[in-house]
Amino acid sequence: MAKFRPLSRGVAVVGAGMSKFGAFPGKSTRDLFVEAFLEMRDSVDKGFNPAEVDALYIGNFSSDLFEGQGHTAPIMAEWVGLAPKPAVRVEDACASSGVALRQGILAIASGVADIVLVGGIEKMTDLPTAEVTDTLATASDMLYEIPAGFTFPGFYASMATSYMHKFGATPESFMKVGIKNHENGALNDKAQFGKTIRQVMDDKIAKSEARGLPIPVWENEIAFLQDARANPIIAWPMRLFDCSPISDGAAALLLVSEDLANKFSEDPLYILGTGQASDVALHERENLTGLRAAREAARQAYLMSGVTPADIQVAEVHDCFTIAEVIAIEDLGFFPEGEGYRAAETGVTGRTGEKPINTSGGLKSKGHPVGASGAGQVIEIWKQMRGLAGDRQVAGELEFGLTHNVGGTGGTCTVHIFGRR
Amino acid sequence: MTEQRFNKAGFDEKLASHKLMASRCEECGRMYLPPKPMCTNCYSDNLEWVEAGTNGTLEAFTIVYIASTAMIEAGYGRENPHCSGIVKLENGLSISAQILGVNTALPETIKIGAPVEAVFLERGEGEEKKTFLAFDVK
Repeated sequence: MAKFRPLSRGVAVVGAGMSKFGAFPGKSTRDLFVEAFLEMRDSVDKGFNPAEVDALYIGNFSSDLFEGQGHTAPIMAEWVGLAPKPAVRVEDACASSGVALRQGILAIASGVADIVLVGGIEKMTDLPTAEVTDTLATASDMLYEIPAGFTFPGFYASMATSYMHKFGATPESFMKVGIKNHENGALNDKAQFGKTIRQVMDDKIAKSEARGLPIPVWENEIAFLQDARANPIIAWPMRLFDCSPISDGAAALLLVSEDLANKFSEDPLYILGTGQASDVALHERENLTGLRAAREAARQAYLMSGVTPADIQVAEVHDCFTIAEVIAIEDLGFFPEGEGYRAAETGVTGRTGEKPINTSGGLKSKGHPVGASGAGQVIEIWKQMRGLAGDRQVAGELEFGLTHNVGGTGGTCTVHIFGRR
Repeated sequence: MTEQRFNKAGFDEKLASHKLMASRCEECGRMYLPPKPMCTNCYSDNLEWVEAGTNGTLEAFTIVYIASTAMIEAGYGRENPHCSGIVKLENGLSISAQILGVNTALPETIKIGAPVEAVFLERGEGEEKKTFLAFDVK
C-alpha cells in the first residue's frame, strides 16, 4: 500500500466548464475543448489571464483511433492560446482526465506550477459502433482477454453475473440504477440523453402513433426495460439502457495553489484528498465484485483528507455500466459489500436521498466521452457545492464532495475529495 | 529448437499443440497464467513451463450480442450471440475464454460454479490459422 504523504502545497479548483456531451458531427476535439474552456473562463469569479497558466494536463484515451489524430496536447494548448507552455496528454483509458486532474494537482503541489489548466477530451461518434467497440477494447488486455470474445460491456456484465450469484441481485436491480440516473440527467442541459425512462417510453409511443403502428404497452419502466425490442441485450445481463452511450465532449478545470485561490474565486473548491491505484486483468483478480484499485484510491483520498465515507454529501461515480455504480458505492464505503444494489431501489442514492449519487445523470445519461468523463465529474461537484445545480441541486449546505473515475475494468482508479473549508 | 518464451507467442505455440500452459517460478513456486517472463512475487527470472490443467469451474460469464470485429468474422453477433467467461482452474489459476455448451438464449440456466473442461478451437485457414482457448460446460 502506498505510504501516506500529504500534499506539500494545497490546491483549489477556481473554474470549471464543459461542452455539451452528445454526438456532434463536424466538431473535432479542439472545437469541443474551446467550448469547455470558454465556459470555464466565465466561471472564474474574479476572472483570470490565460497567459498566466503554467501548464496543461489533458486527459484523452484514443484520439489516435477515434479521430486519426495523435499528439493532441500541444494542439489543445494552441487552440486555447497556451503555447509555449508545457502541454501533457494523459492516457489511462476512461480514467484519463481523473489522472490528468491528479497530475495537475501534483504539479502545483510540487511548486513547479501555480496555475494549471486540466482538461479532458474525446470524440467517439465518427466511427461505426463496431469500431468504437474495438477501440474501447484496447483498454483491456488485447493479448489474453479480447481473444476470449470479451467486449467492454461483456467485462462489466461478467462482474454483474458474479455479483448476482454472490449477493442475489437481479437484472432489474441494475435497471433501477439506470432509471435513477436518467431522472437526474433529465434535469441537466449538458446531458446527452436528458430524458427520464418514462419520457423515452412516451416518445416511443408517440412515434408509433404518428406512424400508425401498433401502440406498445408497458406497465411501468421496468417492464419497458425488460422488453428485448425496446431495450436490446448488449452483453447479458447488461442491456442498452444499462450502458453509457458513445459520446463526444470536453471538460476544463482551472487549478491554482491554495494561497492564490482567493485572488480568483469567492468560493474556491479545495482538493482535500487525491488517490490513485492500479490493478491486474479481471481474470487474475481474487474478487470480481469489487475493484481493488478503487478501494485503494479511496483509502488514500480518505486518509489524506481526514474525511470519512459518511461525511460525503454528494458523489459522482464511474457508472459506465449500471453494475459499475453498484460496485463503486460499495468500494467507496458508502454501503456494505453486497448491499449497494438495493440503494437505487430504496431511493438512498436519489437526489433527495441521504447519499445522492450521480446527480448529473452520471456517465449513463450525461454521456461518456471517455477521456473527458473524469474532469466532467468534477464540474458537477463544483456546481452542487456552489449551489449552481439548478433543478437538480441537492438541498442543504454541502461541505464535502467526491469523484470516482475508473479506467478499463478497474486497471486504473482515481478518487478525489473536495471541500469548501 | 527455438527458445522457450514465456510470452504470448510461446503461449500460442503451446495452444496450437492443444496444451494450456502457465509459467512457474522455480524459486518460489508461484504460477502465472497468462505466463509471465519474470516472477512478480520474488522477482526471479528463473521460470519453467507447467501444464495449467484442463478442468475448472465457471467464475463469471456474459452473453455477448454486440461482438468485436474478430468475433463477428468468426460468425458471432446479434443473431448468434456467444458466451465469454472467466474460468478458475483446479490449481487456482484463472483465465478468460469463450464458453461452449451453454444455452445462450437462456442465460438464467447458466450456473456459476459449473464444472468446465478446456477445448481448443481452430479458426482461419492456412497462414491465418490460429488456435483459441475455450471451455466446455460438462
